Amino acid sequence: MIVSVASGKGGTGKTMVSTNMALALGEKLTFLDCDVEEPNAHLFLKPEKELVELVTTSVPSVDESKCTFCKKCSDICRFSAIIVVGTNVMVFRDLCHSCGGCMVVCPENAISETGRELGTIEYGQRDSIRFVQGRLRIGEAMSPPMIKKVREASFPDQLTIIDAPPGTSCPVIAAMNGTDFVLMVTEPTPFGLYDLQLAVEAVKLLGIPAGLVINRCDIGDRKVYEYAERQNISVLLEIPFDRKIAETYSRGKSIVEEMPEWKDKFLRLYRDIELHLERLKETV
Amino acid sequence: MQELVIVSGKGGTGKTSLTAAFCSLAENNVLCDADVDAADLHLLLHPDIKQRCDFMGGSIAEIGADSCTQCGVCKDLCRFNAIDESFVVDSIMCEGCGVCVDMCPENAINFPVQKSGEWFISSTRFGPMVHARLGIAEENSGKLVSLIRKEARILAEKKGFDFILTDGPPGIGCPVIASISGATVLVIVVEPTVSGFHDMVRVADLAAYFRIHVMVIVNKYDLNIEMTRSIEEKAQGRNMTLLGRIPFDPKFTESMVQGKNIFEYGKEGETLTAVQNIWNKIMQSPFMNKLGSMDYKVTIK
Repeated sequence: MIVSVASGKGGTGKTMVSTNMALALGEKLTFLDCDVEEPNAHLFLKPEKELVELVTTSVPSVDESKCTFCKKCSDICRFSAIIVVGTNVMVFRDLCHSCGGCMVVCPENAISETGRELGTIEYGQRDSIRFVQGRLRIGEAMSPPMIKKVREASFPDQLTIIDAPPGTSCPVIAAMNGTDFVLMVTEPTPFGLYDLQLAVEAVKLLGIPAGLVINRCDIGDRKVYEYAERQNISVLLEIPFDRKIAETYSRGKSIVEEMPEWKDKFLRLYRDIELHLERLKETV
Repeated sequence: MQELVIVSGKGGTGKTSLTAAFCSLAENNVLCDADVDAADLHLLLHPDIKQRCDFMGGSIAEIGADSCTQCGVCKDLCRFNAIDESFVVDSIMCEGCGVCVDMCPENAINFPVQKSGEWFISSTRFGPMVHARLGIAEENSGKLVSLIRKEARILAEKKGFDFILTDGPPGIGCPVIASISGATVLVIVVEPTVSGFHDMVRVADLAAYFRIHVMVIVNKYDLNIEMTRSIEEKAQGRNMTLLGRIPFDPKFTESMVQGKNIFEYGKEGETLTAVQNIWNKIMQSPFMNKLGSMDYKVTIK
């Protein structure tokens, strides 16, 4: 089973919820930090780093001695990543989406593939938790291929928890697509509500069952609750604003370890997800 | 033309609340919400939309079942696993590369351009605003960000303004790169947490990559004074301008619930003074004020 933890708005508590749920469970599981632009889960799980792997995506390299400058490559490229000017072929590696089109159409077999560094994937272990995170290279624009690569690290017969990036566009979709359950984390404020609505639309588009965690549930107003009720999304956990929680988080400590009363709540959160999915299976 | 872009790396540190507050202090400027993915600035500014345009992003392949002979060429060539066993394209997986379109021996694949979102020119009580809404699960957010930043620039020139205030997205990827390239100065809003610190360094690295000067605001600084100090030390060590600290203040949320910025919500207080001082520091910095001319309204009390 794969549970992804997502939110439209950033800073609502995705990492706090996903890492604490993983720590509360204390069973064999895989934790994937798919927020490859700003991976933070490692700051709370503190895994022992075991392996760092370089991730590349393929970009074309042109052998100009074979090239006849026929422009077929630049014609097929929708991303303006390869351009022929006179007797020059220019490859803009950062614009390349690695579709391989230029290689397929080149009549002279003048194009081969070389790599562009996307970033690194780091593997580690924290007690029973197998930890994997992607770290996008500074200056690299494309995070989805990196996220897809991190997703490959999950074991099909074991629980996987995914910490997703914020937003509702392609990086989030890459992190949520194909997961069994999306746990959405929001806060009851106008920004939280607006971005939650976008996230819910995205989850619906993917057809994934979802539940809600409302963080800092006692600030703002009640509109998030009203919205959740209208949309028939269950609120699985409420976390009040508590300076102690905020301070614990700020120091990189986990809530379940520093405030043991929370361990049960995070455990129950996961059981509720299981229950939700079981019920869903029964109705189908 | 000068453009101040507000970013954070980590989400939820207060970018939009602060941008909205700055709106009360800035003059003769165009506002731009470059967080097209989860835009929130409009919830405080209530823009009156004057002009609405479609954003045409990339294309998506569509296999015409009538002419398809199921030869499998497209499936073999597609590197994004977007074509399934029954030769239907998964529009979410499709990258829009068009390789299948060009290589189909039957010319059975269409490639219609998709409407990926909308962008708007609006008026607000703080002046003109350019903003956008990327469709759900859409790609090309960077392209849309570049587009609205360009439109903001055109609008500012038309109005005779020389300043753009831009609310940026979180992260360091495609939309952030599109938001900061060519900016005059970058303001990073940091919260004093381990993740806030970690993410600030990542955006600062990105800014260095694009050679843009960075200024730092520590928001909710009193949640962890020690961390605030470490952030400030790091920022100074990296030659970033320290703009100041803003306390944790529930007024930010309270004013948000009322759809106002904090200056409209309350008239005085520690937070308002802190934000005002930060703004003055930005505007008097050599990056925004190259000739060093003094603004009498700010300096004479």
